[in-house]
Amino acid sequence: MGLFKKTPKNLPEFWKTYESLFKDTQNKKIDELTFVVLDTETTGFSFKEDRILSIGAVKIKKETIFVQDVFDIYLKQEKFNKETVHVHGLLKNGRRNCVSELLAMQKFLEYIGNAVIVAHHAGFDLGMLNTALERHHLPKLKNKVLDTGVIYKKTLIKSYLVQPKLNYSLDELAEKFSISKKDRHTALGDAYITAVAFLKIISRLKEKKNFSLKSLLR
Amino acid sequence: MKNLISERVADFIKNYPPFNVLDSNSLFELAEQVLIVYKEKNSIIFTVDEPQHAYFYLVHKGAVTLNNLASSNILDYCDEGDIFGLRPLFANENYKLEARAHEECILYGIPINIFKPIAKQNDQVTIFLMESFASNSRNPYAKNQKGKLYDNEEEENSNKEKVLPDLQLASYSKKLVTCSTRTSIKKAADIMSKKKIGSILVTSKDLPVGVITDKDFRNKVISGEQPITASVKSIMTTPVITYPKNLTITQAQMAMMKSNISHLVITEDGTSNSTALGILSKHDVMVSLGDNPAVLVKAIKRTSRIKKIKQIRKSVMVLLSGYLEQNIPLGLIAKIISELNDTCIKQVVEISIAKMDSAPPVKFAWLALGSQGRSEQLLHTDQDNALVFEDVPEEDLPKTTTYFLELSKHITKGLNTIGYEYCPADMMASNPKWCLSLQEWKSKLSYWIGNPGPNEVLMSSIFFDFSLAFGDRSLLDNMSDHIFRTVEKHPIFLVHLANGALQSPSPTGFFRQFVVEQDGQHKDSFDLKSRALRPLIDAARVLILSHAVKAISNTWERYEKLAELEPNNQELYLACSYATKALLKFRTRQGLANHDSGRFIQLDQLSKQEKMKLKRTFKAIKEIQELITLRFKVTNILG
Repeated sequence: MGLFKKTPKNLPEFWKTYESLFKDTQNKKIDELTFVVLDTETTGFSFKEDRILSIGAVKIKKETIFVQDVFDIYLKQEKFNKETVHVHGLLKNGRRNCVSELLAMQKFLEYIGNAVIVAHHAGFDLGMLNTALERHHLPKLKNKVLDTGVIYKKTLIKSYLVQPKLNYSLDELAEKFSISKKDRHTALGDAYITAVAFLKIISRLKEKKNFSLKSLLR
Repeated sequence: MKNLISERVADFIKNYPPFNVLDSNSLFELAEQVLIVYKEKNSIIFTVDEPQHAYFYLVHKGAVTLNNLASSNILDYCDEGDIFGLRPLFANENYKLEARAHEECILYGIPINIFKPIAKQNDQVTIFLMESFASNSRNPYAKNQKGKLYDNEEEENSNKEKVLPDLQLASYSKKLVTCSTRTSIKKAADIMSKKKIGSILVTSKDLPVGVITDKDFRNKVISGEQPITASVKSIMTTPVITYPKNLTITQAQMAMMKSNISHLVITEDGTSNSTALGILSKHDVMVSLGDNPAVLVKAIKRTSRIKKIKQIRKSVMVLLSGYLEQNIPLGLIAKIISELNDTCIKQVVEISIAKMDSAPPVKFAWLALGSQGRSEQLLHTDQDNALVFEDVPEEDLPKTTTYFLELSKHITKGLNTIGYEYCPADMMASNPKWCLSLQEWKSKLSYWIGNPGPNEVLMSSIFFDFSLAFGDRSLLDNMSDHIFRTVEKHPIFLVHLANGALQSPSPTGFFRQFVVEQDGQHKDSFDLKSRALRPLIDAARVLILSHAVKAISNTWERYEKLAELEPNNQELYLACSYATKALLKFRTRQGLANHDSGRFIQLDQLSKQEKMKLKRTFKAIKEIQELITLRFKVTNILG
């Protein structure tokens, strides 16, 4: 599909600014990179049907999270899926300040810049975000992506009698790394848990032979 | 901007001084500006003479040591909720100490420019800071923290920092168990045995009037002097000897000797006319001194909180390094330390059982595997364990399995809390594959022995070094018997196991030089575990199994047994036994010095003599491998 689509000409200014950040190819060491660990809460699991309710993200630079520099945004909803409300406790438009999807995307792009995106089961969050961008005729995110679900498995020893499970939930990770599950199922709360898990995974991977960030980044 | 994360931070810091006295506005103002810093184990947070950071630190998770590099002493040990790195910011000078992550840590960096105005406004915060800088109230080791608050005072010279345990504050038990003067002797005894304590405080109108100890029962009740229905007043030791808090261990010891008593009462103003805060027993003094394994065992058994065990394990490490310094035979050291580790594990299991809704439905055994099973675990390493429970009728199996899996989860989590890392290969009883009924284990073992592929041999080699950590020994014996019977039926298994024992990479190269790691984090260091210890351990296992000797899982004890069984090879076996001990000692020393597992050794840090010693052990390795090759005709199957 993408092949035949012409690149839209009238991209908004904020997109151009975002895009320009990717001109220099990144070839940095892990300590010099900025990571944005994010999580989205959505009305459901369908990219097409469902919508993002909120995006939470924290930034990691040199193994440090700045509490004042976190991203936490709630989106105005046209669609509303009753079934998932109990999971996230986010009622339609709730009592929070909500912004339009387009504005949320603009702010989000400003926040992440060219950082490496980290998320647990990243495919889903990225899918939701890219579909949201597409709705506003914007291209897909250009950032590199790491999935804590995938890289966690690299810390495990493989042997066929004790096979690692195919999937590890964020709850399981939180338990393994003794991270408090406070604020679980809020976008920012989950992003924070993922961020701590990410830091712990990286430190375990560093002990392994032949570790390089390149091998993790797809 | 107030957000979930800052709330999370505020929620944590509000529990710890000096933040506990802040109003919620200041608390949030502070929390919003906090840094959350992750530090790997052994990484440095700041070092001597480093310029000030814009932040001081609060330990959220993990532990940090403050070290004096000149004297290589640990001056302070900061746990969850402790702050450090604050004094230099107030004194306006560079750091005088090195702060190093003792464990993997999460720290909160608290911005000084926001904290300072808050601190100045709030009298209580100022008082707290003054006290902690001046009186070293939290930890007397932190002698360097002396100084004035808002001043540039000259630091004291550095030769004062020799750690004097005599100046250490005695920690007393704050959970007071009391009874009134009218309580009956029997009632008091009941309370004491229920709470597992050796003494009880007798109070009258909230003031301490006497103490009863086990000794009083022995001397005054069992001897027939008083009936058990009499009131405690008739047997209590009175008056009580009272002291204010902040008395040092030496003071406490002297007070006890002087009055020939074993318990001191800590009261608010130090006299018997104020309420009691706690009781300090001879036992507490001994624990604080931490140089007596028997006292430590007692302390472990008494605790009902897993976090407390973690504290005690620190003393175990002090004990260990002391033993190594004094050059006590390693066999003996290993016995004592393993005993202490066992006690810790037992206590964790006990506490975990108490956490369950019901008692275990059937008998079970908690097995220690790997190095712990061999009683060769001196340093903290990964946990490898398994659980076996008695056979139950088939319809009850799912239910029973669920119960033990849940119990195992509690236990592995508890072990993690006291310092055993989770096993990266998930070889733990919390894994459904390692938490089985006796029958299930038997069929699993039969499968491994009957189908010895490389993985099965690896699994067997980890599993066959099991020992009982908790529970029912008959289950274990049953498994051992099963293993021997099955091995007898499948003699080829021993050949595979022997082959596995020869797979370890060789310690020396062609020119008798050490072979070092080529890449990775440990490039150019020598892998003591896989190149030297493992071949010896593996060889001992296959040999002892071929003799069907059960219940010896320790490697040097295995070699000693082999020496007894095969007099013609006695010399070699004894050499192997000695080599194992020497290598383990080496590893433990390295581990303690570098605060890691001691597995990798930097060769350039070894003296010539140490290198020679190391190489001598390699001779035994080479010879035992030759013996195995010949005896099990390993070359035949490899063709």
